[in-house]
Amino acid sequence: MSALAVRDLQVGRGGRAVVQGVSFEAQPGELLALMGASGSGKTTILRAIAGLEPLAAGTIELGPSDAGLVRLGPGPLPRGAALRRLYARVGMVFQFHNLFAHLSAVHNVWLAPVHVRGEARDAAERTAHRLLEELGVGGRAEARPHELSGGEAQRVAIARALAMDPPVLLLDEPTASLDPERRADLARTVRTLVSGGRTVLAATHDAEFVRGCADRVLLLEAGRIASEALAEGGE
Amino acid sequence: MRAALVALAIACGVSSAALLAQAGAELRFGGDAEGGAPFMEADPNDTSRVVGFEVDIAALLAAGLGRTPRFVQVGFSSLDPAVERGDFDIGLSGIEDNPGRRARLAVTVPYYEFREVLTVRRADVARFRSLADLRGRRVATLGATQAVETLERARAEHGVEPVIYEDDVHPYTDLAVGRVDAVLLDAVLAERGVRRNPALANQSTDMGVGHYVGILAPREAALRDRADALLRAAMRDGRLQAIFTRWGMWNEDQPRLYERVLAQAPGESGVPGGPPPPTAETAAAATLRYLPALFRAALITLALSCLSMVLAVVSGMIIATGRVYGGAVLRAALTSWVELLRGTPLLLQLFVLYFGLEAFVQLPAIVAAVLGLGLNYGAYESEIYRGALQAVPPGQLEAARTLGFTDWQALRLVRGPQAFKFALAPMTNDFVALLKDSSLVSMITVVELTKQTQILAANVGSWFLPGLVCAAMYLALSLPLARVARRLERRWGAGIHA
Repeated sequence: MSALAVRDLQVGRGGRAVVQGVSFEAQPGELLALMGASGSGKTTILRAIAGLEPLAAGTIELGPSDAGLVRLGPGPLPRGAALRRLYARVGMVFQFHNLFAHLSAVHNVWLAPVHVRGEARDAAERTAHRLLEELGVGGRAEARPHELSGGEAQRVAIARALAMDPPVLLLDEPTASLDPERRADLARTVRTLVSGGRTVLAATHDAEFVRGCADRVLLLEAGRIASEALAEGGE
Repeated sequence: MRAALVALAIACGVSSAALLAQAGAELRFGGDAEGGAPFMEADPNDTSRVVGFEVDIAALLAAGLGRTPRFVQVGFSSLDPAVERGDFDIGLSGIEDNPGRRARLAVTVPYYEFREVLTVRRADVARFRSLADLRGRRVATLGATQAVETLERARAEHGVEPVIYEDDVHPYTDLAVGRVDAVLLDAVLAERGVRRNPALANQSTDMGVGHYVGILAPREAALRDRADALLRAAMRDGRLQAIFTRWGMWNEDQPRLYERVLAQAPGESGVPGGPPPPTAETAAAATLRYLPALFRAALITLALSCLSMVLAVVSGMIIATGRVYGGAVLRAALTSWVELLRGTPLLLQLFVLYFGLEAFVQLPAIVAAVLGLGLNYGAYESEIYRGALQAVPPGQLEAARTLGFTDWQALRLVRGPQAFKFALAPMTNDFVALLKDSSLVSMITVVELTKQTQILAANVGSWFLPGLVCAAMYLALSLPLARVARRLERRWGAGIHA
């Protein structure tokens, strides 16, 4: 069974459909890339899966898991318990990272495990430090977001999403703020995540990144899937 | 062009001269109509006119001088500096004779002798006979009177707590409802207070005597001498007696006073026949004597401002949160509340809280002051916080949401702390403003720094030195605050940008 199933997704904005009739599935351990020109609907699809955009039509299913399937459909955005169930399944890394500006890197990472999942702070802090080490930014744990480079902020944002251990990880333009060397590092990091069984959905313009690590590519045009292909980088 | 300018200059000169001549034909007498009858009050039949024994005395003097009397309204506690500045020719408003006034101003002969009277609730007649019986109790009086000095001495000697009012009506109403335990004021006011509040009684204990005088600027000594001659004549021929009889104030003390005044040589001033007056102390000595009281008042200002600011911050946060997150009805209600508090004067709100609600709830003055200042500033704070909450970038909230935070958690952990940093600078600004606005609460009997300075200034007869000391104290309170705020902004504000 797929980790993510999107069926006949339609998202409107200002009376205009920006995504229409989009359907696809993604499997555990798969990196699926969404490519397309600016305005083709890549980011909107990620935001809809992350519960940030209301659906005009269609469904999004996240699962399976022990706690059962999470289904998003047309209507208001999920709140309360539904919101928590959704974010047990999916994590998002934003293009501009959106790290909490008033907190240190490590505090950004342990905040949600403590307050959303009720973990003990000591344990959550240890996990946060471990994640930052694994992503190569352990030395920047006490830095504030404005003191981090684009690549460092990107890694801290990934660590923050991973701290909640979501089976599905959404990456919006993950290489936009990285130089070529950092881009290769990121590709390796993402492959490690995927090989651990996680599903990664990345919206990107970056063909090189896609060639380097994606399993499959969906090409979007004007809010629809124009074509689908296997990528070279998949393992 | 040049000719036109010359003509204009001449015209201006002529009209100024005409104005001066007109002013010369008037006797401008200053007083506070808020003092009410029998002193002076607006004529019920024509509120542009004032009536009272002081008005009658002004008419008597004006007639003797061949001038037309014209009333000038001035707040009671500002009469001394106003006459010195030349706002009017003579002040007549139940003004008490004292050495300080005699040292600074040209003062007329005394024309009325009053006794200071202690007023208590009827139930307390047996136990509160003198100030010595009122240890630890609140005793009210009117600002800028000799009773203030008497009560300040009683604070040191008997441990009474003076409560200074800006008017002579509320001391008695507050005594009736239990906010204070006694009132010390002159017999004229005490008689009126008891007449209006049947639950009160005047004690017959001897609390000292005082005299009403007219005050003039020191440069008007010649006019003062003419006024003295006219007053002496009116004492001799019974016209003053007629005035005081008409206003129900004539008693056996007055003939004795007049006898003493008439026995004095013309040009001699001072209170005749009484105990020798204490010498007027210098401004510096008086300021030094008042320093402990000023420090105490500065502490009250600081405590009052801190408590009010805490209330302002808490109520501001609640209002701002309601206006950002609440439904349409809550938003409309909170907007109305904010507009009500921002759109009406703080002073009015203080009066309503303290005096207006008296029938339903008798708030202690300090509680009414904190409530009034705190809620008023809370309305302003709420607008700052609302703007600050809205200035937090939406990406921060989306990140919080995708991590599973509820709205409340996102507010508490992400949006609130960031908004607080945006709000810090304007909040500091408001705290400094509140520190200064706290002086308004003197109108509801709280003696804070400005009020204590006003009392000192009335005693010294000058605002110069007391004003400097007061300003230095306000600066000593506000400057460190600004420094702390700048440090906090630097420490917390790094990396936060709207």
